[in-house]
Amino acid sequence: MNIFCANEPTGPLESRWEKHLFSLSLISPQNRKKHKVIVVGTGLAGASLCATLGEAGYQVSSFCFQDSPRRAHSIAAQGGINATKNYQNDGDSVWRLFYDTIKGGDFRARESNVYRLAELSGNIIDQAVAQGVPFAREYSGYLANRSFGGTQVSRTFYARGQTGQQLLLGAYQAHSRQLANDNVTHQSRSEMLELIMVDNKARGIIVRDLVSGEISAHTADCVVLCTGGYSNAFYLSTNAKGCNTSATWRAYKQGAYFANPSFTQIHPTCIPPTGENQSKLTLMSESLRNDGRIWAPKNSEDCDKNPADIKEEDRDYFLERMYPAFANLAPRDIASRAVKHICDKGHGVGSKIHGKRLGVYLDFSAIIEKLGLEAVAEKYGNLFDMYQSITGEDPYQTPMKIYPAPHYTMGGLWVDYDLMTTVEGLFAGGEANFSDHGANRLGASALMQGLADGYFVLPKTVANYLAKSSLTDVDDTHPQVVQSLQLVKDRIHQLMHAPSPKYSPEYYHQKLGKILWEACGMSREAEQLKQAIGEIAELEAHFWQNIKVTGVDKDLNQTLERAGRVADFIELGKLMCQDALMREESCGAHARVEYLSESGEAKRDDHDFSFVGAWEFKPEQPMLHKEQLNYEFIEPTVRNYK
Amino acid sequence: MNFTLHIWRQKNSNIQGEFVTYQIDNIDENTSFLEMLDQLNEQLIAQDQDCIVFDYDCREGICGACSLVINGYPHGDKKATTTCQLYMRDYKNQTELWIEPWRAKAFPVIKDLTVDRSSFDSIIQSGGYVSVHTGSAPEANALLIDKHSADEAFNSATCIGCGACVAVCPNASATLFVAAKITHLSLLPQGKIEEQDRAQKMFNQMESEGFGSCSNHRYCERVCPKGISVSNITKMNQVLGWT
Repeated sequence: MNIFCANEPTGPLESRWEKHLFSLSLISPQNRKKHKVIVVGTGLAGASLCATLGEAGYQVSSFCFQDSPRRAHSIAAQGGINATKNYQNDGDSVWRLFYDTIKGGDFRARESNVYRLAELSGNIIDQAVAQGVPFAREYSGYLANRSFGGTQVSRTFYARGQTGQQLLLGAYQAHSRQLANDNVTHQSRSEMLELIMVDNKARGIIVRDLVSGEISAHTADCVVLCTGGYSNAFYLSTNAKGCNTSATWRAYKQGAYFANPSFTQIHPTCIPPTGENQSKLTLMSESLRNDGRIWAPKNSEDCDKNPADIKEEDRDYFLERMYPAFANLAPRDIASRAVKHICDKGHGVGSKIHGKRLGVYLDFSAIIEKLGLEAVAEKYGNLFDMYQSITGEDPYQTPMKIYPAPHYTMGGLWVDYDLMTTVEGLFAGGEANFSDHGANRLGASALMQGLADGYFVLPKTVANYLAKSSLTDVDDTHPQVVQSLQLVKDRIHQLMHAPSPKYSPEYYHQKLGKILWEACGMSREAEQLKQAIGEIAELEAHFWQNIKVTGVDKDLNQTLERAGRVADFIELGKLMCQDALMREESCGAHARVEYLSESGEAKRDDHDFSFVGAWEFKPEQPMLHKEQLNYEFIEPTVRNYK
Repeated sequence: MNFTLHIWRQKNSNIQGEFVTYQIDNIDENTSFLEMLDQLNEQLIAQDQDCIVFDYDCREGICGACSLVINGYPHGDKKATTTCQLYMRDYKNQTELWIEPWRAKAFPVIKDLTVDRSSFDSIIQSGGYVSVHTGSAPEANALLIDKHSADEAFNSATCIGCGACVAVCPNASATLFVAAKITHLSLLPQGKIEEQDRAQKMFNQMESEGFGSCSNHRYCERVCPKGISVSNITKMNQVLGWT
């Protein structure tokens, strides 16, 4: 375990980014065409980066696995995007957003990066408005704001419940404009399956054309991964079905460190699973907790009753009971753990899955009685409709059922202040990197980070890398390229021809999800984690022996796509458990039961664990490196929500 | 619940496709339509057969990837819904379901139920944007936009680019898709400057991609999962100087 540093600038926090910008090298406009950059993924970070690098004059090649860049999962973000405009004159500032983000992350993020994020947040809103993103407005014509995720200021900009969609379409359109100008080329339905390394530098990727099954090499001066998070390791999550870790995992296997893999966020208000064949979970906006009361039956024999038949005195409003001060508004991690605890003890409601009922009630009857049906419909109408269309139940008449679900991953590829990984020439942006959210992400901050990385940070730091590097030409005949191609072909062959093909990718994915959800989900415990590591190792061996992929590889074959992604999730799942086991403290979303206070709050250990855990791939056992987090400007405090 | 499924199978765009009939039993009523197909695919894997290919991603009605014509209706006959938001409880037990891909010249079938919609991307590339450089935007509140225009622009901007409007149109026209983007940007002052050029380029691109023209059938707004109104087409015609 050695200690490494993140190339942060020094001096006053407020001037670090500006100072750093001046120290970065530039490339003159006429020379930019000579440099080629590969961008993988076209969500907020990827699309905004392609647009910006393209208009600056670089040659950019982008890739996405979806059928159009507009479908990246950023599109599903509902709530909003934070920015320090202080339009509401409620005392917001760059410093306050910086502090809220660091504190929300339970003091496990890097000060310089988070400050820069807060600093850039306002520019994002300017950029998006100029592109025609239709944010909510007041009658006066000014932009509207709301408060979000328990902050005390109203700094969230939103476009109804579709903020992610509108911001992504803005970035997609900017990207499209460059495609029309021929600065950027793009391939949809293309999946990155390997990173090409030449002289210890990232120099390209191997891509599978998902339609023809052809494998091809693409070389460049550097590679940027904006490939999102890995919540789908849990099988059931709020992520789109295609979200996967394969690009970041290939990078890890080629030497990029993976940071804090166990920092995964579980969102408390999702629609519960209803059957064993469910394919994904849907998020219901957290704003519902402002007016809904959460309860479960006190007596487990009431669990299958109609909730209307359960008497008031037989209802356990457990968040109000356990956290009287914050009650139903307790933070995401705390509320999620309480719900799981209640269901594990046999007080859950809804359909039985694997012998357990996974759901609690979110009840609006009190607020409907108080404000009337119309006022509640005005406030939550679209959410109630969405709930009804998914579940077939009317939340105006009967309480909603909710259960927590994996939603976002704070962990990801380790990056320095320039968002470069430990592999030279390999950068990571958006949810794919670990950089800004520490051990827990605040609401409305994911969109902000993706766009800050793509529009404002990476275009500068990538240019600096290109300016400073002297790179030899690499073409498709280079031995490293040939070797990488072969590696991918061999792997596909292995997936297509397991020794005794028997089980589908779904089978393994569900098994992995169950292990991770139990051992590395909302609460973690040493013995269980150790057991899970063993189980995953067995699952991995079983997978390569028995994976069954029908059809052929030179074709559009979704079974083959899934098999490859599940294989990577299995390996990542093991690392998630190892990271959770290593971190003998609780912080943010990482709750080790051995390190929780009696009321369920995280007991952080700043003395021994104030570091980023960055894992280096080794064939036998991964090796841990620690980036010490030195708080120069703020004092870590205890997050207390009692 | 049990269903008889007639599903379009087609190896690739060069080979003629056909309906193949499958039986699927013991489906829970709360299973989504796509999960029902997932289960069918699991059966096919067990029988060593190639799976049925269909597009999907978010499964919450926002990404626009899913695209099935079910018993003649794009995204099924439920109003304002994407295929991924359909549940088997919406159907009668023991019914027959006919499942086909989008059918349009500009959306060639890739395989089975999957079509190539990159023509939509080409239309956006031809002009569906505001030409603003990163970093050159003015302060956001320097530009006031009345709430009504902002709300209307949002209504047009919610298009998810799924292509149901094309699939239902007897002319396979993409007019609603094109009109929604033109309207979204024309209603906002920042998009106003380029509006005529944009509208003309997008319209020309639509034609050169092989989409048909609009002859006012208005089926498009009926199947649009986001309820985008044909009044967008009126607005587009105004911008193009046709009215």
